[in-house]
Amino acid sequence: MIDLVIVGGGPAGLAAAYSAWQHGLRDILILERDNELGGILNQCIHNGFGLHRFGEQLTGPEYAGRCIEMLHSTGVRVELGTMVLEVTPDKKIHCVSREKGYQILEARSVILCMGCRERTRGAIGIPGTRPAGIYTAGAAQRYVNMEGYLVGKRVLILGSGDIGLIMARRMTLEGAKVLACVEVMPYSGGLTRNIVQCLQDFDIPLYLSHTIVDIQGKSRVEKAIVAKVDENRRPIPGTEMEFDVDTILLSVGLIPENELTRQAGIPMDPHTKGAVVYENMETGIPGVFACGNVVHVHDLVDFVSGESDLAGASAAAYVLQGETADAVVLDLVPGNGVGYTVPQRVRPADVDRSVNISFRVRQNYGPSQITVTCGGRQLAKLKRQRMAPGEMEHIALPKVLLEKADGPLTVAVEEVIAK
Amino acid sequence: MLDVAIIGCGVIGAASAYELSHYRLQTAIFEAENDVADCTTKANSAILHAGYDPEPGTQMARLNVEGAALAKEICARLDVPYRQCGSLVLALSLEELSHLQKLYKNGVANGVPGIRLLSAEETLAMEPNLAPNVVGALYAPSAAIVSPWDFALAMAEVAVRNGVELHRSCPVTHIEKTAGGWALTTPDGIVETRYIINAAGISAQAVHDMAAPHKFTIQPTRGEYYLLDKSEGSRVHHVIFQCPNENGKGVLVAPTVHGNLLVGPDAVRVEGDNTACTAAGLAFVSAAARRSVPSIRFGESIRNFAGVRANVDTGDFVIGEAEGAPGFIDLAGMKSPGLSSAPAVAKEVTKILKAHGDLPAAKTDYRDGRTRVRFKECSPEEKARLIAEDPAYGRVVCRCETITEGEILNALREEIPATTIDGVKRRCGAGMGRCQGGFCGPRVLELISKTLGISPLDVLQDKAGTNVLLCETKQEENHHD
Repeated sequence: MIDLVIVGGGPAGLAAAYSAWQHGLRDILILERDNELGGILNQCIHNGFGLHRFGEQLTGPEYAGRCIEMLHSTGVRVELGTMVLEVTPDKKIHCVSREKGYQILEARSVILCMGCRERTRGAIGIPGTRPAGIYTAGAAQRYVNMEGYLVGKRVLILGSGDIGLIMARRMTLEGAKVLACVEVMPYSGGLTRNIVQCLQDFDIPLYLSHTIVDIQGKSRVEKAIVAKVDENRRPIPGTEMEFDVDTILLSVGLIPENELTRQAGIPMDPHTKGAVVYENMETGIPGVFACGNVVHVHDLVDFVSGESDLAGASAAAYVLQGETADAVVLDLVPGNGVGYTVPQRVRPADVDRSVNISFRVRQNYGPSQITVTCGGRQLAKLKRQRMAPGEMEHIALPKVLLEKADGPLTVAVEEVIAK
Repeated sequence: MLDVAIIGCGVIGAASAYELSHYRLQTAIFEAENDVADCTTKANSAILHAGYDPEPGTQMARLNVEGAALAKEICARLDVPYRQCGSLVLALSLEELSHLQKLYKNGVANGVPGIRLLSAEETLAMEPNLAPNVVGALYAPSAAIVSPWDFALAMAEVAVRNGVELHRSCPVTHIEKTAGGWALTTPDGIVETRYIINAAGISAQAVHDMAAPHKFTIQPTRGEYYLLDKSEGSRVHHVIFQCPNENGKGVLVAPTVHGNLLVGPDAVRVEGDNTACTAAGLAFVSAAARRSVPSIRFGESIRNFAGVRANVDTGDFVIGEAEGAPGFIDLAGMKSPGLSSAPAVAKEVTKILKAHGDLPAAKTDYRDGRTRVRFKECSPEEKARLIAEDPAYGRVVCRCETITEGEILNALREEIPATTIDGVKRRCGAGMGRCQGGFCGPRVLELISKTLGISPLDVLQDKAGTNVLLCETKQEENHHD
């Protein structure tokens, strides 16, 4: 019986392992399907990581390196090249590897850190032919940064998610011509700093409220037809533009990778597409925790690490102190303008001083206020100068405030009309 | 000198090769594409129809019922994913009930086993997710779903194992009558043969017209599809058809043998092999499918594709020796139910050879049968044994479908080895899942490059010209504009 098995050795798994060790657990095993730790950070060779966590700008591999180094002083064990096939509700982990074959591990606690995957062309139904030259931005990133190959020379980017923006710059630096970035929404899905540093600095136009309506080319992409869309995201006839490109990169969203979670019967949140979690990152199965992009897609790895610190500490507490007693559970409900919240459930009795709530707004906001209400009663009000769907919001709710609640808490936002 | 040259290695060519390989004949297949089953056979509804659709007395009616029964045996023998799930044709209005009556009578006349009409209550009890306005259905328990490319591939593989030559990337560009038979011009040289089998799918008219007076016209008809994630795979448990109506042929909703949900097709006449998807086509398909199954979540789509079926102006399959071209046998116009009929169509070829006194004795040393390792379907004990025997089974390369390196290496070493990323996908399923090869694509590319000893730059996604990588990064120092 292992105290803690962590599924996934990316930034979430690494931070969770370190935190669990710091909180007194000594029998910890990370199962990583790749042949090295670090996850997707290994192919993110640009900088901008670590400002919050380490107080300096790091590249992805550097950030991963820091997290891995921290583990060197611990006794956390790692099995690489190990794919988890199933996690059962009673915490048996079925996994395979070349070296150890088929193993069934028994764990006292589990942390799920499988990360996320990219949405594909099929998920958004782009019409046209199906030639070579259409890649998710992350796959192109892997080819360019890890394998040393360029996937295209004249490029159109669909979607303004951060990976797409990063790849616009990366492809340009490698000698490709990026003709445009096209975003169906009236706002970007990425961080403002990436819009500036990856598009504007290279004179790459960003077409908001536009999408690809046709892809042409038999064996290789030859043309992409782009059109403006109306407020219902329907293409407007007569607004078509032709782009002569050999490559289309898709940055059209990320989806938490939750096959194992669903298989285990853990309740899911349709908004995040991740597990429903409590204030300590525990899922619906006691002793099974989840953190990082497998719970909800983050824009900064620093926040993944922070969330994973909490999951690691919680798993340690679960193993060392036992299951939390039945207590009052408050549901958190996304209200006006709010897409989702994490956590979705809070047990005020288990909150130490305050609980951090992460959420995303559904559209761009200027000066506005965030409210937390319970049955029409306002419990908290916070101000923001601006909010955007591409930037995750965080608020802290003090325990004293939670104890005043007697039912579901609604988190909502509304713009403050300037006088 | 060949005895038989088969032009085209879709399901019809593959079934013909499999059938002929049982006899002491020199047979070769000439496939224009770089892989077998790479046109209509890979992009269709993946259904072995029960056989109530064709008008009694047509070739389609007879060959569909015979072929579907043979296909069931072949799939079992050659380890091809197959599931006899049955089908329902829905009546969504009282007027459509009379159409069901007609189909029922067709089915009885065609000898479709176990066919019966269901009440609305019986129908909804079998499929609770159907539209509540269903008024009845025609149930055909013998209808089945299959992996169509694997079906063709399996038959072609066993044929190759038993001496049939397969030429890929080898289009026949010219056909000439000779004293002893025919001469075919191909990139692999001029090939002489006594018989030609025209199994060229949508190119069958062009092939026919090279050898014989014009007789039929292929009318390529495109159908667009949605393939949905496995999370939608149990939305329905039978193949759900609609009655054809004034808006065209109905759209079907069906589980797949791989656990997904397939929705489509529409039917639009196109030029050649135009398999582009269109916004209008996809919108039509999703709207039509919701009439049968309103709760389908199209947000779970993982891929759209389109296939072109070889509709023909004669209304029935074109099967037989062409007039004025002795030894030239057409197997053309293989629209639906072409996949279902394929094994029976192949038997028509041996009948023709026999009638000419040209069917020699069957081989006594025939090596039939085929099995595949499907790691994810194995028990824990079997998985442990596989990895112990070959550690490559311990490395999962395709995460979505749990496909191991061992299975990918098998695909690259089979009798008809994969040479492309999509070829690997068709053989073992890597890249078929929800991330559509986004994760495993680079790793499969690397395995192809290493196993086949070719540069990564030469690895193809699918057909000729579909190179995934354009150049090495280090060599690219200048802008290209």
